[in-house]
Formats: sequence, C-alpha cells, structure tokens
Amino acid sequence: MTTNILLAGFGGQGILFAGKFLAYKGLLENKQISWLPSYGPEMRGGTANCSVIISDEPIGSPIVSKPDVLIVMNLPSLDKYEDAVVPGGKIFADSTLIGRKTMRSDVETFYLPATQMARQNGTPTLANMIMTGQVIRQTGIVSLEGLEDALGKVVSAKHADLLQVNLNAIKLGYGLAL
Amino acid sequence: MAEKVLMKGNEAIAEAAIRAGCRHYFGYPITPQTEIAAYMAKRMPKIGGTFLQAESEISAINMVYGVAGTGKRVMTSSSSPGISLKQEGISYIAGADLPALIVNVQRGGPGLGGIQPSQSDYFQATKGGGHGDYRLIVLTPASVQEMADLTALAFDLSDKYRMPAMLLADGTMGQMMEPVELPAESGSTVAKPWAVTGTGLARRHNIINSLYLDPEELEKTNYERYERYAFIEEHEARWESYRMDDAEYCIVAFGIAARVAKNAISVLRAQGIKVGLIRPITVWPFPKKAIAEAAEQVSAFLSVELSMGQMIEDVRLAENCRRPVALCRRTGGMIPTPEQIIESVKRLKGGN
Repeated sequence: MTTNILLAGFGGQGILFAGKFLAYKGLLENKQISWLPSYGPEMRGGTANCSVIISDEPIGSPIVSKPDVLIVMNLPSLDKYEDAVVPGGKIFADSTLIGRKTMRSDVETFYLPATQMARQNGTPTLANMIMTGQVIRQTGIVSLEGLEDALGKVVSAKHADLLQVNLNAIKLGYGLAL
Repeated sequence: MAEKVLMKGNEAIAEAAIRAGCRHYFGYPITPQTEIAAYMAKRMPKIGGTFLQAESEISAINMVYGVAGTGKRVMTSSSSPGISLKQEGISYIAGADLPALIVNVQRGGPGLGGIQPSQSDYFQATKGGGHGDYRLIVLTPASVQEMADLTALAFDLSDKYRMPAMLLADGTMGQMMEPVELPAESGSTVAKPWAVTGTGLARRHNIINSLYLDPEELEKTNYERYERYAFIEEHEARWESYRMDDAEYCIVAFGIAARVAKNAISVLRAQGIKVGLIRPITVWPFPKKAIAEAAEQVSAFLSVELSMGQMIEDVRLAENCRRPVALCRRTGGMIPTPEQIIESVKRLKGGN
C-alpha cells in the first residue's frame, strides 16, 4: 500500500515538522518513506507545504500531486489543493483557521478546531501535532505505538523538554471524536 | 548494517564527503544547495577540517584548485548560476590534471533563472562548460542514498583518473529527505607523487600548471588526457536498467525525471504497455552501450528531461538513428508529471 500525503499551511505552523514526524514514524515501522518540502520564497512567510509518501514498496517520484490525504491549516491551502485529492481520499482541515467546508462530495472530510484546541491546551504552537493525531486516528497510516521514538528523532536534543508536549498534542488530536 | 537515518539530499552529500576523507570545503551560499555549506560550517571545525565561505564562487573554485594541488580531497558546491561562475577554475583544474569534486544542485535557467529544480545544465556539465578540450566525470544521483554513495564514488574516480568530477543533482534531490545508510569512513588510496607538499629537499619541485606556451607540448598533453578519457568511456559508464527485459519502449531519464518515469512505467505496465527505463548514473561517460543495445530491442525511445531537451542529443548519438527518439520535457523549474510521460509514451505507440 502507498499513501500520498500533502501537508500545507503558513510558514511557522510546523507543517514541515509534522511531515517529518510522520516520515520518521513510517521509517521506524520499516516502511519506505520520502519527504519533500516546498522551498524558497514561500518558506519566508508565505504558504509552506510538504509531500510525504509512506509505502510498502519502493517510492518512485517523491512529489505528491494527487494526495490520498490532504492536511490543510489555512484557507489558501484548501483553495489550492482540495481539487487535487483523489476521489475517496481524506481532507483534514483546521476549522479554527478555515471558515469554509470543502466543495468536494467524493472525499471524507474531518474538520477539527486544532488551533483553538492548542491554545486551550496551553501549547498554541502545536496545532500541527493535534492535526497529526487525528490523521493517525482516521487513517492508521502509522501506528500509535512508539510515538516517543519517532518524536525523539525529530525533536532536537536541545529541545528535549518539548518531546512530552508534542506527545500530548498528538494524543489530544487522536482522542478527538468527530 | 548501519542504521538508516533520514537526511536531506544536501546533508547526505556533505556527510558522505566528510566520511570520504574530504576535509576542505570552499563555497558560497545559493538556493537550493545551501544546506551543504551549512552542514560543512557546523562539522568541519569539529574534525580539524576547513570550511571557508569565500567572497565569491570564483574565489571558492580557485581555493579548490589550490588544495587539489596538494593532493588532499577537496570540494565545492553551488547551484546553476554559481556553477557558471566557477567554469574558468574548473577548466584550470582539468588542465592541471587535478582531482576535485564540484557539486551542482541545479535550478532553472538561463541567467539568474529561478530556484526550483532543473536539469538544464546538462550541456554545461557534459560538453565542457569552461574553455578548452576537457571532460568531467559527471554522476547523476536519483535518491538521497545515491547523493551519499555517488559523492564517495566521485572522489574515488576523481583521484583514480586525476580529473575533476561533478555531482549533477537538482533542487528536489537536494531538498528531499529519504532514509539513507551512510557510507563507511574511507579516503584516498591513490598515490599522488605529483602533489605539491614540500620537497623536504629530497626531490625536485612538483609544478602544478595549465600553461603550455609551446603548442606541440600542449597538443601532447591534450592527446594524453583524451587517451585517459577514452579508457573512462570504455570502463566507467554506469546506469540502471529498469524493467527493460521485455520492453518495447525505452524511457531514458536521470535524477528526479527517472523517479517520475518509474511511476509512469507502473501505470503503463498495468495497461499492458511494455515500457522500461535506462537511467544514466553517469552522463559523462554516457551509457552508450546500454542505449545501443536497447535500440536492438525497442521500437522507440523517450528522453524525459527537466530542460528543453539536452540529453536527447546523446541518446540519439548512442542509438545511432536506428529508432525514433521523442522528448518529454518541462523546464524553468517545472517537473514532468507521470501523466505527461504516460501520454508521451502512448504517442510513441501511436506513431508506429
């Protein structure tokens, strides 16, 4: 099985970090993975996105142009990518920041107020990981086992104190029944 | 087996270079390869190496020329416009028969161009780039693993044949992360009696130079160099054959284009269209034999490139006009989609 994931939002929302976490989690589960970020001007304050592929087979192109799973954390990203999602795919949107629903009727949609939940949780910068938790719940692309190991790979040793709060945020998102 | 780590392609190049014994890096930042310089800046001072951000690309390549003359493993990296600036120095290094590694993580051109991925420096890398009769060994990675492995190989080939080597990557290869098993520690195993390391008053001076005012002598050095190049063309061409066993159509693509082509091949094969891929891992020397052999088997070729069509000339020379060669291209920082390649292959089929 191959899952093509596209994550998109503003620079600073932790889009690339969330993608890197999913990639490492897949790697630790012995899957084939690739991670490709947007780079350049959009990194400096505009929209950021990254392609993550998690697969049981060797990965061809690392570019995700038709995602099975779209994770969007701002309106411009939903506008830009919702039509690209494959029929039957899944769209996850941060409903705190995106005021509208998707126009698509042939995909599964999950709206969660991740940014609001993150604020209420006292970790306003971790809406990305709340989104990620819900993605794990709804897709099963990676397992809930061993989250700490994968976080340990992406949270730098300097910020080891952030490991637990990231873990909490993932669990918060995972626990949300929609 | 060593643990697999997730690394950006650019970082894999830098770490692999260090593991191959490179302790001297000279560069100047430019997107999309700056992570190489950043990695070197962090690591080199800790292992007794030299990281130096030069005042310009021209300066950096001449620093490379200097260290190369001492026989130490040395490298620089840049992206397309910066590589253009380095061409004079590369020609001098080739003319002085010195080993060195030059990394080009290509972006769209010509001119300042853009910062998105490209393969449009193919002509520059394989046909000269600078002035004079010379070649570079040019390796084209198509995964983060190959970014590491081909860096080590480039140093070895460069030492072995006493000539500069180039790693010709692109923005996606530089920026993407994949699991990579880093190569073991190694270093130069080739004797370098020509190196300028001090005579110890025990031998005559070695002279590193590319100036020959006597044309007969200059001609002789060029002939000698081309004998070496002929040997390399015969022995060092590398490629991957992918699903070619029963192929009726052959895609030729390297780097990111080859990755996209593999997606297209899966779809086409599922539709019963027998298509395979020859992926050059060296573009100089170009895998001529592989292409010539494929020409006996397939009915047409498709060259897939992130340029207006540059490698296609080498494909045509290699297949020697026996089969039609079509082009599937995007340029300026755009990348062909699998769908575009699928359409192009189907047009080949229609043309029969």
